[in-house]
Amino acid sequence: MADPTKSKIDQHSGTPTMGHEWDGIEELDTPLPRWWLWTFYACILFSLGYVIAYPAWPLVNSYTKGMLGWSSRGDLARDMAAQAAKVAPIHRAIAATPIDQLPANAALMQAAVDGGRAAFKVHCVQCHGSGAAGSKGYPNLNDDDWLWGGDLVTIEKTIIDGVRNPDHAETRMSIMPAFGRDQLLQAAQVDDLVAHVRTISGQQKPDAASRRGGQLFADNCAVCHGPAGKGNRELGAPNLTDGIWLYGGDAESIHQTVWNSRQGVMPRWGDKLDPATVRMLAAYVHSLGGGEAAPVPVPVPVPTVAAAVDNGAAEATSDARQ
Amino acid sequence: MTAAPLSLYAKRKGVYPKAIDGFYRRLKWVVMAVTLAIYWITPWLRWDRGPYAPDQAVLVDLAHRRFYMFAIEIWPHEFYYVAGLLVMAGVGLFLVTSAVGRAWCGYACPQTVWTDLYQHVERFIDGDRNAQIRLDKAPWSAGKIARRVAKWSIWLFIAFGTGGAWIFYFADAPTLQQQFWSGTAAPVAYATVAVLTATTFILGGFMREQVCIYMCPWPRIQTAMLDEKSLVVTYKYWRGEQRGSLKKSLAQPDAFGDCIDCDQCVAVCPTGIDIREGPQIGCITCALCVDACDKVMAQVGRPRGLIDYCTEDDATAEKAGRAPRPVIRSLLHVRTLVYLTLWSAVGVAMLFALGTRTRIDISAQQDRNPIAMRLSDGTVRNAFTVKLRNMESRPRPMRISAEGLAGVSLWTDRDGRADARAAIDTIVPSDSVAKLRIFLAAPANGPQREDFAFTVRATDREGGTASEPAHFERLQ
Ligand code: SF4
Ligand code: SF4
Repeated sequence: MADPTKSKIDQHSGTPTMGHEWDGIEELDTPLPRWWLWTFYACILFSLGYVIAYPAWPLVNSYTKGMLGWSSRGDLARDMAAQAAKVAPIHRAIAATPIDQLPANAALMQAAVDGGRAAFKVHCVQCHGSGAAGSKGYPNLNDDDWLWGGDLVTIEKTIIDGVRNPDHAETRMSIMPAFGRDQLLQAAQVDDLVAHVRTISGQQKPDAASRRGGQLFADNCAVCHGPAGKGNRELGAPNLTDGIWLYGGDAESIHQTVWNSRQGVMPRWGDKLDPATVRMLAAYVHSLGGGEAAPVPVPVPVPTVAAAVDNGAAEATSDARQ
Repeated sequence: MTAAPLSLYAKRKGVYPKAIDGFYRRLKWVVMAVTLAIYWITPWLRWDRGPYAPDQAVLVDLAHRRFYMFAIEIWPHEFYYVAGLLVMAGVGLFLVTSAVGRAWCGYACPQTVWTDLYQHVERFIDGDRNAQIRLDKAPWSAGKIARRVAKWSIWLFIAFGTGGAWIFYFADAPTLQQQFWSGTAAPVAYATVAVLTATTFILGGFMREQVCIYMCPWPRIQTAMLDEKSLVVTYKYWRGEQRGSLKKSLAQPDAFGDCIDCDQCVAVCPTGIDIREGPQIGCITCALCVDACDKVMAQVGRPRGLIDYCTEDDATAEKAGRAPRPVIRSLLHVRTLVYLTLWSAVGVAMLFALGTRTRIDISAQQDRNPIAMRLSDGTVRNAFTVKLRNMESRPRPMRISAEGLAGVSLWTDRDGRADARAAIDTIVPSDSVAKLRIFLAAPANGPQREDFAFTVRATDREGGTASEPAHFERLQ
């Protein structure tokens, strides 16, 4: 270490050395420039001011708060409040615009889609998945197949009233009979029905079983799913001829569906979320790629569910309408 | 010998460079005038780019992320051009160093230029070297305060006018100037002017050579790059020693060398060093000592160049009585040529790239969640966010298609699948990026991952295409 007794003046630079040497290499003891010292003092002064103004020292259960009263939580709260204040007028505008008029205002529509994306991540991903791609029993909201309809107004209604909420008169409601379990059909008849459904969806060739099933279909199923099996959105009856299956399109899954029936539910959000959020959710779901342009007019009078009930679904209750 | 008691901190030794005239001094004037003029005038030059782009010749438009330089417009994704410029600047410094040593430090470095300017102001107010020393030592008086106030005001004024002018590179200069004086410019403009005025004032007025000696990394890099072929300011000790006053050397011509120990070279040095101690980090090779010594030599009737630009090789040759290499050969030695080649190669490559770059571009990002999904008609849909860049200053019609994907149809989120088609036409506004969400539907049978290319073609007269490889994903 430095040994002042061995320090000497270096010949070339005229600067004293530190007094130690390794293998003949010595270290100069060059003085620091004075301005550096002043810079150092300035830093100390700054840090004193900082400690007084800002939170600095940890205490046993707390910490020094600083004169300015700054805290990162306070910062966050301020940011959140500022953000809420910023979006409040947009939310008000969205709430005040009927959803079918939203697309006319491109900027507001975009704001609704973006807000809906955020709200979807909070309320909807649990069932429909983070990409809204759904899974077995939970519809994929990206595709172009809709149980209850895919235009903005209809999507919004579905979100407000939910599906099959027992305590809510406005809810989307329909009940498919459990044809096998409730012995409305024989086991062999169910097999024939499955063969028919597989045939009209183009998954297998017509054969004797499917022909028998066709008659059964006309008698038992056509009232909701339509004579050609194209479904009926008034009843949330799926189209059985397309490529999309909520519960699977293989023989096993269809058999399960016919035997036990399927009754998926969705909460109604009208009593949980404010109208603007529901509207934004509808706009977002509509924007995912399957959104339809306008309400699909229903050209023919629809058979009522009561007819289906008459056809054998004993448990179908009388509020299964529309 | 033991050391004197140490002081931990060294006070700055005052440097009071004396005025001098001579060849290098005039060269410095010219370089200062030219560099300051370029710096000052550039933002005010205009360059017509049509109605959609600013007409400032050189503009770093941070808000819109564009960099304009005369006919060249650079987008953020083309930042490699800026990187290329930086590489050229770096190699250029190496080139200059290997050819003429620390010429950057001596003539062109802003620190040198502003310090030089400030020293002239100092001489104008306080007088030359001796008067400055006297004034510094004198107690505070009304006269001294008046001079200090005058000097610092002029310094501040220069700092404001030159350092502050930096902001004009970042916005339309005439508009910004108007806003600046009417108090409506952005706060960042005032802050920048304040910071640059303060740093110019402090670095040029008070820190001066300490910046070169303590703060700047360049002298350290220089030290590593100098070799025996580098031009450095050299005191030719073999000719100058043994030093002796004019009187003594006249009395005993054989005992003394050419240096008459008049200390003029030290008096004029802006960094306050004595070049006769040999090359050192403090020497910025401004050659003012060359001018000073040449003047002295002329007065005493001895040949000029006792202090001169000289390479180590030439010094050895001269000591041995051989002729030095011609200047042109010492300028163009191998290392210089290698740097020159490298520098030109980067420059030519950039010019070539600039000349052949396309002014439209496409990028496509695939939706990952879900990546693929079935549509009710059994086809498979993928979705992409496609960005079209139009880098021209006018709106351009463009057509996007998916090349190499059989049976594909495209539509955007603005229209529906009812309008699905083989290609999408759109108009991209001038100088901007258009973002489209594009849906693709293709038959379900096919490879699980199929390569294709998003291709965009400008459908106006100039045309041009760009494409981006992408994959179409199918469900397992
Ligand atoms: S020694 Fe000479 S060349 Fe070097 S900085 Fe001083 S005056 Fe300039
Ligand atoms: S100016 Fe020339 S003569 Fe005078 S001291 Fe310096 S080297 Fe010697």
